[in-house]
Amino acid sequence: MEASPAPATDSTGPTPVPAALRPDSWFKSFFLETASLARFTGRFFKEALLPPYEFEELLKQAFLIGYKSLPLVAITGFIIGLVLTIQSRPTLVRFGAISWLPAMVAVSLVREIGPVVTAIIFAGKAGSGIGAELASMNVSEQIDAMQVSGTNPFNFLVVSRVLAATVMLPVLVVFADALGLFGTFVGVNLQGDVSARLFVTQVFESLEFKDLLPALAKTFVFGWAVGVISCYKGFHSNSGTEGVGKATNSAVVFSIFMVLSLIWWPCS
Amino acid sequence: MTSTLPEKVDPPDTAAAVPGELVVVMAHVKKSFETNHVLQDLSLELHKGENLVVLGRSGSGKSVLIKCLVGLEELDEGQVNILGQDVASLPNAELLLLRRRIGFLFQSSALYDSMTVRENLEFPLRRQPGKRTAAELEALVREALQNVGLEEAMERLPSELSGGMRKRLGLARTLILKPEIMLYDEPTTGLDAITSKEISKLILDVQWIYHTSSIIITHDIDCARRTANRIIVLQDGRCTAQGSFEELASAADPWTRSFFE
Ligand SMILES: Nc1ncnc2c1ncn2[C@@H]1O[C@H](COP(=O)(O)OP(=O)(O)OP(=O)(O)O)[C@@H](O)[C@H]1O
Ligand SMILES: [Mg+2]
Repeated sequence: MEASPAPATDSTGPTPVPAALRPDSWFKSFFLETASLARFTGRFFKEALLPPYEFEELLKQAFLIGYKSLPLVAITGFIIGLVLTIQSRPTLVRFGAISWLPAMVAVSLVREIGPVVTAIIFAGKAGSGIGAELASMNVSEQIDAMQVSGTNPFNFLVVSRVLAATVMLPVLVVFADALGLFGTFVGVNLQGDVSARLFVTQVFESLEFKDLLPALAKTFVFGWAVGVISCYKGFHSNSGTEGVGKATNSAVVFSIFMVLSLIWWPCS
Repeated sequence: MTSTLPEKVDPPDTAAAVPGELVVVMAHVKKSFETNHVLQDLSLELHKGENLVVLGRSGSGKSVLIKCLVGLEELDEGQVNILGQDVASLPNAELLLLRRRIGFLFQSSALYDSMTVRENLEFPLRRQPGKRTAAELEALVREALQNVGLEEAMERLPSELSGGMRKRLGLARTLILKPEIMLYDEPTTGLDAITSKEISKLILDVQWIYHTSSIIITHDIDCARRTANRIIVLQDGRCTAQGSFEELASAADPWTRSFFE
């Protein structure tokens, strides 16, 4: 052990800024992190295309990820539909446009609010689940154990989870939209009287195919982004229980951030 | 614990000396974590069919040593050659193939928490080339569990097992693939004396029946005495002494001798 004595200037100089707070190191770690995430994404595409394919694990994850988020997503969809309707009513009444209420709420729900809110909830629920699970597998050497038993852990753990998230978020969004519309129907009928048939006619007259398709296409991208980021954070967590907490936390924060930055694409 | 290893011959109670070809060669390996120089110029060899015990103080780098062997930790310097292949230069796919021939018992057991005991054992089997029928899988799993005395825990989750049971399950999972090389990281730590003795016996059985070459890391002198053909002592990242159990127990160096007292 070369235990060289600390330089004398250390104790007399001004208190140094902690390394993590200095701008140069912040930039450095930002770029390193971005590069590492880009490499991770590249590896995902490579391993997703090449065999072996883990169909069984994909199905299992799709079920777990979708099923676990379903109640929360459904309740949120319903409440958003309901609240949006109740809140929009007074304004439309003032302009004498109350008959537009179902159509207006339906369009904003299906085109934007449904996908985005569902994606954010999905980032919180599924993203934290994936981040925590992979991080604790990393900490307890389970990923290493897969590696030494001749299994490719990236393929088994990451590819299956990212694909499951990509496929399941659109399904959840459809559920949320449907319950949102039901919430709207309830909201409309709380203070007025619109028959189910009239409601459905009004809603579907206002919704065009070109509303639905980009909105749904976008949710695949959201799901994929949440999957990749949560897996990345979990897979590259630091050791120790603290590492698991940090990985889970940043999986959620970064996933939500990603969803919010992707909102603008490709809605115009 | 009834050993159902498929052979009539009774294995001997202590390890038999085995000369032979080299299956693991580690040459001048260095490994540091930032300023912590864990391995400094470490070389070792493992012969076919040999049990090599590694002794060393806690934190002396024994676990790092075997992780370097299978490529879980990257080397800073030096070479590792396993079964004639240079580990550092192997492409990913071939490294995975090579690792299927090596068994690794983690110090922490590294059980898959989300899977039951049965699924933990089936996991490596299912990923091997060649389809097995459900009945074959069942038979292999049952045999592996019997070897470590855990048959009754088949449907439980790892979180429902005691520390020693987890250790034994980890051992069963490693042995189920019948690897050519076994790396045991503290196989008997946390076990009672009787179970420790049985595990030592199992290690010998495996060596005897499958001609497995093993590196055994242990603090358990009794286990070392039973299983070792050769012992090396690790100190400050170097191998400071090697020889048979008796040679080292009567070594001139008091530090080496202190392990055996
Ligand atoms: N991933 C890692 N990052 C940083 N340092 C590490 C890492 N793994 C091990 N070390 C350090 O390497 C040294 C050797 O650790 P190792 O786990 O090999 O000890 P050991 O000989 O197996 O001890 P024990 O008998 O207690 O298991 C320790 O000082 C440890 O702090
Ligand atoms: Mg160790």
